[in-house]
Amino acid sequence: MRAFSYERAASPAAAAKAVAERPGARFIAGGTNLLDLMKLGIETPTHLVDVNRIGLDAIAPTSDGGLRIGALVRNADLAADPRIRRDYGVLARALLAGASGQLRNRATTAGNLLQRTRCPYFYETAMPCNKRRPGSGCAALEGFSRSNAVLGASDACIATHPSDMAVAMRALDARVETVSPDGSSRTVPIADLHRLPGDEPAQETVLQQGELITAVALPPPIQGLHLYRKVRERASYAFATVSLAAVLVRGRDGQVETGRFAFGGLAHKPWRVEAAEREVARGPAAVSDLVLAGARTTSHNAFKPTLARRLLAAAMAEAAKE
Amino acid sequence: MIGRAVSRVDGPLKVTGGARYAYERQDFGRAAVGFILGASVAKGRIVRLDTAAAERAPGVLHVMTHWNAPAQGPRDGSLPDQFGRPWPVLQGERVSWFGQPVALVVAETFEQARSAAALIDAAYETEAGAFDLASHAHLAYAPRTAAVGLATDSVLGDLDAAMASADVTIDQNYTTPAHFAQPMEPQSCLAHWVGDDLHVRPSAQGVAGARMALARTIRIPRERVHVDTAFVGGGFGSKLRVHEEAVFAALAARVIARAVKVAQTRRQVFTITGRRPETIQRVRLAASRDGRLTGVGHDVNMQGTSREEFVEQTATVLRSLYAAPNRLTRHRVTDLDVGLGEAVRGPGELPGLLAVESAMDELAHELGLDPIELRILNEPERDPERNVPFSERRLVECMREGAARFGWSARAARPGSRREGDELIGIGMAAAIRMHFQGATRAAVHMGRDGRVVVRSDMTDIGTGTYTILAQVAADALGVPLARVTVELARSDLPPSPGSGGSWGASNSSNAVHRACESLKEKVFGSSNASGFGRADLTSVVSRRFPDGVEGEGSIVGMADDPNYRNFSQHTYGASFAEVAVNTVTGEVRLRRMLGVFAAGRIINSKTTRSQLLGGMIWGVSSALHEAAHVDPRYGNVVNGDLAEYVVPVHADIPAALEAVLLDGIDDKANPLGMKGVGELGVCGTGAAVANAVFNATGVRVRDFPITMDKLLAALPPAF
Repeated sequence: MRAFSYERAASPAAAAKAVAERPGARFIAGGTNLLDLMKLGIETPTHLVDVNRIGLDAIAPTSDGGLRIGALVRNADLAADPRIRRDYGVLARALLAGASGQLRNRATTAGNLLQRTRCPYFYETAMPCNKRRPGSGCAALEGFSRSNAVLGASDACIATHPSDMAVAMRALDARVETVSPDGSSRTVPIADLHRLPGDEPAQETVLQQGELITAVALPPPIQGLHLYRKVRERASYAFATVSLAAVLVRGRDGQVETGRFAFGGLAHKPWRVEAAEREVARGPAAVSDLVLAGARTTSHNAFKPTLARRLLAAAMAEAAKE
Repeated sequence: MIGRAVSRVDGPLKVTGGARYAYERQDFGRAAVGFILGASVAKGRIVRLDTAAAERAPGVLHVMTHWNAPAQGPRDGSLPDQFGRPWPVLQGERVSWFGQPVALVVAETFEQARSAAALIDAAYETEAGAFDLASHAHLAYAPRTAAVGLATDSVLGDLDAAMASADVTIDQNYTTPAHFAQPMEPQSCLAHWVGDDLHVRPSAQGVAGARMALARTIRIPRERVHVDTAFVGGGFGSKLRVHEEAVFAALAARVIARAVKVAQTRRQVFTITGRRPETIQRVRLAASRDGRLTGVGHDVNMQGTSREEFVEQTATVLRSLYAAPNRLTRHRVTDLDVGLGEAVRGPGELPGLLAVESAMDELAHELGLDPIELRILNEPERDPERNVPFSERRLVECMREGAARFGWSARAARPGSRREGDELIGIGMAAAIRMHFQGATRAAVHMGRDGRVVVRSDMTDIGTGTYTILAQVAADALGVPLARVTVELARSDLPPSPGSGGSWGASNSSNAVHRACESLKEKVFGSSNASGFGRADLTSVVSRRFPDGVEGEGSIVGMADDPNYRNFSQHTYGASFAEVAVNTVTGEVRLRRMLGVFAAGRIINSKTTRSQLLGGMIWGVSSALHEAAHVDPRYGNVVNGDLAEYVVPVHADIPAALEAVLLDGIDDKANPLGMKGVGELGVCGTGAAVANAVFNATGVRVRDFPITMDKLLAALPPAF
């Protein structure tokens, strides 16, 4: 860990300004990811701006009937909120599938979205990694890549995004609200928040230096069966090998009429293909083909597309049974 | 008192923080803190190691590299006392494995030391290395012996001929990955010099080994090394030897003339501490149609290093397990450029029984025989290779008792035939056998005039319950309440023992303490009429006649000097049973319930024994389903070197329906108390029971451990 300076911000705008003013500055909220990465020398911020005391910790209804989740709402509180449990089951389930009770007590909504990959080569500072040291190469491409991406990856990076929460939010079409250092605010659809790695895997989101997430807005409740199925190497406390957030509605004929399918563990961001969802009447094979089109696997993760197809089929079968 | 479920006498200290571990101890004032920097390549040489910036960094007191490291005793794998061999650090510019320490930074605080270590500018000239066993397996050689001096090979009759003429044969390869012990308390040490005397607070399984290793490494007389390792947060073999942290602490403390403490980080425990070697195992079984084995063979090829040989005794597990006239077991080693091999819980038995007991299940399936019946059919009368009687042999009893308790008769013989919703259900079993060892041990017991008893031994308590069981043994032998007994352990000024490890600590030290109590009573009563006094009289006689109290000493000899080891084959036994559910969509395997039935002679404390066995059984589950250190064949590093990615079971993986049952008994050939050890026994065979349950559930035989979902997916029913 490198020595760093620290300040506590008093407001969202002040926090944004403080980070924008100092190259190498970072926000810190729960710190469940950033502090670990600092101890390992993977993240080396020169200055930390603590945003834990700037409010943004409420869950409130929006005018259109949705919910606005403050950026600093802790994962545990979000998962336990009765409105989330009642109307956004996929989100509550995804949250509870992530990390551990202790970590969820500390981790925040915005921090969860911005957590960094668990690619083992990102974690080993002796190894090349374009995300950690741009231009150094990607050790995972020819390496132990069981956990790595099979969709949307590039020759520069095959990392995955580790969040469960973000996958559910992607299925729900959440919107991410930010404030910029100049005081302006904007809203980014969650589909556009995370970038694919391309040639710049270190650039993980569309957010600018100093731009601070203030809230995540959920649309009005989406009817249907809410599922979050996380497949992992052990029963708890492991990142998703493949996960599926799905919201499914059964038609009168007993078949699935509409479905939303967002996958975790497959790509640099939650993976959802809306065009595939429009083919839901053609059955799980057709939908899977479209979701997984262009998948590129390694010998270590060649099972992931199969697993994703089977999860999708099982989710549709379950919805048809309801 | 013996056999009772006594709670740990050190429990209150442990849960209140009163039990100080090495890194927390404050014995020598405020210690400086050392941080180890590891090499970022696996093979090559250091061409630049610029420490100037680190030396100027805040709080830094000293930076040690191969340029300025004090002279040390060289590595010497030929020394017979493995745990007392030197462990020198910073021996030049060569790098022999990934993470090999290349520098130590000592600073006022941990954070300063770690931060300064990151400022060291190191560059390496790298060389191509050999990192994966499979592609170098042809380079295997025959070691002189396996661990514990066990024979490299054993040959009886003609296995090839038996295989050629048998009705039914199994000839399969099984592979097991490298494992790391990963105790909760990482390897750590506090060191301080007083004149020419080195005082260390390591985290060690054995005091004598730590003392000798440090004396030889630092090059000072053994008597000048003073060791105290009163509380140890787990060992599992990884603290049988001291590592770089202890040597660094000792060297640096002398250089800066101040106490220094050094701990391995969790990631360093994956590089600096030794590993259970990766193996490729060939198991051959030849049998007649009625299920009698005519031949058994076990060939093990494991990774090693040219720096120091470690030959896990993996191919020994079959030697006393089943009767068969033709037998062949062999250990081979393939040197790679990786970390040293070291004992990891159940050394030999864990990987060996995974393979052998999977193969037995395969044979039972081929023959259409019940797996338990197959094993009973091949139960030997005498040790099949040594041709001596068993001291006791209770494998069949363990299997029958387990079968009845577990409901084995409900097992569907046809694999893949039991489905519940989206899950395939299977049950499996495996047998377990584990050699019982004995090491020369001494203990002293003192009874004061006030009737208080103090037990003394340099034996360690690594979380297993030594403090508790030795108090029980003394209380029982002397007829005093448990609360009157104090146990002092793990200091080098106490009577010597071989420490904890190899499941021998409890029996070694309990018997020495028991004999010390007998000797004490003899001093009080005289040998002729010792039995003529009631036990209650002891304290009153001592208080009346021995104003300074009375001391007894006791000992037990090592197995090489005990005729019972020559005349009998001594083992512990077990049978484990597992039920798993395999998800038909994903191939995820979940344990539903598990039972182990064990026979280990007399049990001193049923509570601490059960805890050890349950922990071992969970480790067995881990070996079947979860645990693997993945080595990158290009770079030689352990890719998943942290506890997020090195997957071991969490609570959610282990059902409440997990039980260990101990058969009552006394092995009167083993030692005066008739007891044996259980530290390893719980991991023996349990992994194979799970693997066999997976086969019973799915019909898929996975021979490349661990059994992960990807290895089952292709054989599952189609999803659409």
